[in-house]
Amino acid sequence: MNGVPAVRLAQVSRHFGAVKAVDAVSLDVADGEFFSMLGPSGSGKTTCLRLIAGFERPTTGQILLHGRDVSATPPYDRDVNTVFQDYALFPHMTVGENIAYGLMIRKVPKREREQRVGEMLTLVRLPDIEGRKPAQLSGGQRQRVALARALINRPSLLLLDEPLGALDLKLRQQMQVELKTIQKQVGITFIFVTHDQEEALTMSDRIAVFNLGRIEQVGTPADVYERPTTAFVAGFVGTSNMLAPSAARPIAGHDAPLSIRPEKIRIVDADAPIPPDCQGAVGVVRDVMYLGMYTRYLVTLDTDRTVDLAVVQQNLDTSSADVQRVKGQRVGLIWRRDDARILRTDLDRSGVP
Amino acid sequence: MSAVGTLTPETARPSDGLLRRIGTAFYRRPVLALIALLLPTLLWIGVIYLGSLSALLVQSFFYLDGFSGRVIREFTLRTYGELLLQQNIDIFVRTIGMAAAVTFVSGLLAFPLAYYMARFASERMRALLYLGVMVPLWSSYLVRIYAWKLILAQEGIVVWLANLLGLQGALDWLLALPGIGGPSLSFSYIGVFVVFVYIWMPYMILPIHAALERVPRSVIEASADLGGRPGYTFRRVILPLAFPGVVAGSIFTFSLTLGDYIIPGVFGNSSYFIGQAVFVQQGTAGNIPLAAALTVVPVVVMGVYLLFARRLGAFDAI
Repeated sequence: MNGVPAVRLAQVSRHFGAVKAVDAVSLDVADGEFFSMLGPSGSGKTTCLRLIAGFERPTTGQILLHGRDVSATPPYDRDVNTVFQDYALFPHMTVGENIAYGLMIRKVPKREREQRVGEMLTLVRLPDIEGRKPAQLSGGQRQRVALARALINRPSLLLLDEPLGALDLKLRQQMQVELKTIQKQVGITFIFVTHDQEEALTMSDRIAVFNLGRIEQVGTPADVYERPTTAFVAGFVGTSNMLAPSAARPIAGHDAPLSIRPEKIRIVDADAPIPPDCQGAVGVVRDVMYLGMYTRYLVTLDTDRTVDLAVVQQNLDTSSADVQRVKGQRVGLIWRRDDARILRTDLDRSGVP
Repeated sequence: MSAVGTLTPETARPSDGLLRRIGTAFYRRPVLALIALLLPTLLWIGVIYLGSLSALLVQSFFYLDGFSGRVIREFTLRTYGELLLQQNIDIFVRTIGMAAAVTFVSGLLAFPLAYYMARFASERMRALLYLGVMVPLWSSYLVRIYAWKLILAQEGIVVWLANLLGLQGALDWLLALPGIGGPSLSFSYIGVFVVFVYIWMPYMILPIHAALERVPRSVIEASADLGGRPGYTFRRVILPLAFPGVVAGSIFTFSLTLGDYIIPGVFGNSSYFIGQAVFVQQGTAGNIPLAAALTVVPVVVMGVYLLFARRLGAFDAI
């Protein structure tokens, strides 16, 4: 990160009565970044976005946009535009009027307005619908119009509040790619709020994982997935095996909670040697779930029979019948030392989702 | 299994009760159910409501023979011709002017309250305000009117308050205004106007409130987000979206004022409003055709009003 961050939150809190929707959050988002705020509903990510947009005012703390303190600046004086979750298109205006709304306010001459609306409709690949009303559009089209309406103002920062939530899976995946392309094309900082971890992993340069009004971890998708620092992150982003200190001790030799991703574990013979850069355990296969592309095994550990480790293996050259044969057998499990992540306990207020 | 008992198919259940047979018939032919549901309403509207309305219309094409005092049952436009007499034109202008003024001021007063109720009031406050708007509708119209008679009377609280505040001069000036003044507030068009606005206000507040409640918060935020200051957002987003509510409210206040004959009778002077003229013509004067023709006037005025409202796009959002 170099230069002045596009957004800086400094110890920002937003309380609604006794509820701390956002609780002392500090965060820098670099210029030009595709930044995601990921978390379950009620985790404070949307409130955080609304604070940046100016729809909410912080109870305490400061919000800086490109180094300027905007904590007390109303939304209409911030160089920020938002794509709303429900799109919030003006129902009484045509698509063209909706998109040109920001330009109308800035008193941009009619000719330039029309030209820029045309450019935007090309950018979001929706030509020839200027004259229609929002009610006549499909969900995906509304989504694009909302995007065009926000981008036409050439903001320095675009906020997207779960914009793909209402679309069906195919369209969502298509829009994920398109949004990313558009972001590169226009070079604007995007802050993207989502509860869909896959979406966040696919699109983001960096992700902030929210829980109970606080940020648990900030990092690249690989950071957050491969090296989760808290039990919440390990459990919310993908799935993981969480070992309590008592279960971790005989395996890793230390008293700290561990997270191991199921796909990082390999199944080997029970008496196979453990390579020096690896850790391992021995157990009995309790259950086998054949899922087509891969198979999921539950292995009860010999060292602690209350613990099942989930293991996921790609079905490279196995079939349904092959994998079922493993059931009930004693097997060895090994994984690289690096893949057993020690979890922080200092901010663990919630446990696993 | 034994704990639950044996489950036997209920074949023995009687299936030929009358209600059951009717239910089955409705199930097989849904159109029967529709007819059963709508028939009473359609009969009422078709026969009693539209029937009497057309009887009224027919009456308006008869005329009263001034010598014999009898209604001549022949088709003629003579009665409509009478409407064009200056005294009747004055009545129309007076009534329509009053209805327009009442509607305009009701709208001005109702909008801020409805806006506050829809957007800012806490749930508790909203319930209280709602009650405040509704409760007067539960009490007698006449009682409220006569209460206002006392409030506006020469010895009433308004005059008392004006004296207390040293505004007696202003009150006298107001009552001395030609056309709308009078001997006291309770005998002037000012009084008529005040009571009309009071009595029809709920009919303006409720539809505007309903319309404003349907304006999503996110749309208002979107306008601010795109750079719209509050005034701009109000003119370009909130008002256009609430406009159907304003029109609905104005239809109530306008038509109710057009038809009312009690308030101008209690507070006004001897010059009639349309409602009073109808009342007198069909009662003491026994001129049913003229009364009928007079009632056609508000109907036509409202028709024009609705056409005009449609032109303004008031029904686009419905």
